[in-house]
Amino acid sequence: MRHDHLITSKQLSRADIETVLDRAAEIDADPDAVADRHANALLGLLFFEPSTRTKMSFETAMKRLGGDVVDMGSVESSSVKKGETLADTVRVIEGYTDALVLRHPKQGAAAMASEFVDVPLLNAGDGAGHHPTQTLLDLYTIQENAGLDDLTIGIMGDLKYGRTVHSLAYALTNFDTRQHFISPESLQLPREVVYDLHQQGEDTQIREHDALEPVLSSLDVLYVTRIQRERFPDEEEYRKVAGEYQIDTETLEAASDDLTVMHPLPRVDEIAPEIDDTDYAAYFEQAHNAVPVRMALLDLFLCDHGTRTGTGETTATDDTANGNGGEADE
Amino acid sequence: MSDDHDHHDDNAAHELRVSKIQDGTVIDHVRGGQALNVLAILGIDGTEGEEVSVGMNVPSNRFARKDIVKVEGRELSQDEVDVLTLIAPDATINIVRDYEVVEKHRVERPGYVEGVLSCPNADCITTGGEPVTSRFEVLPDGVRCTYCETIVREEIAALIDTA
Repeated sequence: MRHDHLITSKQLSRADIETVLDRAAEIDADPDAVADRHANALLGLLFFEPSTRTKMSFETAMKRLGGDVVDMGSVESSSVKKGETLADTVRVIEGYTDALVLRHPKQGAAAMASEFVDVPLLNAGDGAGHHPTQTLLDLYTIQENAGLDDLTIGIMGDLKYGRTVHSLAYALTNFDTRQHFISPESLQLPREVVYDLHQQGEDTQIREHDALEPVLSSLDVLYVTRIQRERFPDEEEYRKVAGEYQIDTETLEAASDDLTVMHPLPRVDEIAPEIDDTDYAAYFEQAHNAVPVRMALLDLFLCDHGTRTGTGETTATDDTANGNGGEADE
Repeated sequence: MSDDHDHHDDNAAHELRVSKIQDGTVIDHVRGGQALNVLAILGIDGTEGEEVSVGMNVPSNRFARKDIVKVEGRELSQDEVDVLTLIAPDATINIVRDYEVVEKHRVERPGYVEGVLSCPNADCITTGGEPVTSRFEVLPDGVRCTYCETIVREEIAALIDTA
């Protein structure tokens, strides 16, 4: 990987993705081997929106690498409340830390913030834009359960506002995949995303559907996302539409026995709890994969950044970049 | 200098329209109704005392109607010419010195335009008071914000940042 920052899954080549997933697999197999790898390194957490899984898994990942985190805390208790710009906030916090993780409600926030800092900045969600670290843990889970080539995947739910969906769809164009997008008409993929998917991969096969049933039996993976109440004008309309995109064991009777069901979580009622104990369910494994994958990402970016000093590519500090700043990447 | 010489009209407005400039730029073959947007892109609002002539919806050989903008005392830079392509893709730029056209060139579409348009997406980071210059990729059929990736294909002139 030779990237200064991780902003969007569109920037990732197949080789980049495989580098991260291979590293994650190594760490997953022997986490003790990296327990002190980034001792004394500090990760800055800047979450301008609520987060449980993403924030806690980044924190866990950094601590499992021997490092630590400093957390901006909630927006209400920070200088943002006083009207500070994001550009100023990241420039201040980069002086305290070796890398930054940013979640922000505005689209393009991570892209803009990265223009103001020299330490690696990882996008942990920018409005309805991108969520590339989620994508990498999704890909890791797909690879473990179904493989990434010759894959037929159905992505269902809120495809309009779901940033995890957009990021995953872009990344999958690097592989031999058939992507089926299943949603109510009002929550279809944005035209920008469809445009990009066609631009990304000439061989990308994309189909849009309004129901799961016609494609279910062909799927290797079904990736379910939550349809949010606030996307609909009234409760009745929401219940009517959302109900059509919920699955239970009866729904899955028509599926392949090898189907893998994923969900970025949190779920509400789109996946019935009775599926949890079946072989289909991979969503908790998916959530747990956040740790080795984010460990791999942090390791790659911290080491990469440390070794690049003096090349003219960055102006980052060298021996302060992390505890083993000059250590060679592998 | 431009095909508005082809038309003969004895009224005073015609005289104003075709009056030659001594030194400056004539932007010809602008699509009808876009002249004020051309001025907005160039940041010309008259408050600096610029001598500007604007003809709108005048008869044209190439189009049924066209606009024409003449700016005295100012030669457009390449950057300024580039951004004109967004709203005046067929324009011709005549650089005039001492009443003579010394350069005449067509506009070419740039790869990007910076600081000219404002993003229409209210959720874009560039709309939130950040110290960032707007940046749009120029697509074959529109423009795209490089931050939030919103694509705009119609009414691009409405995005011109006149602030």
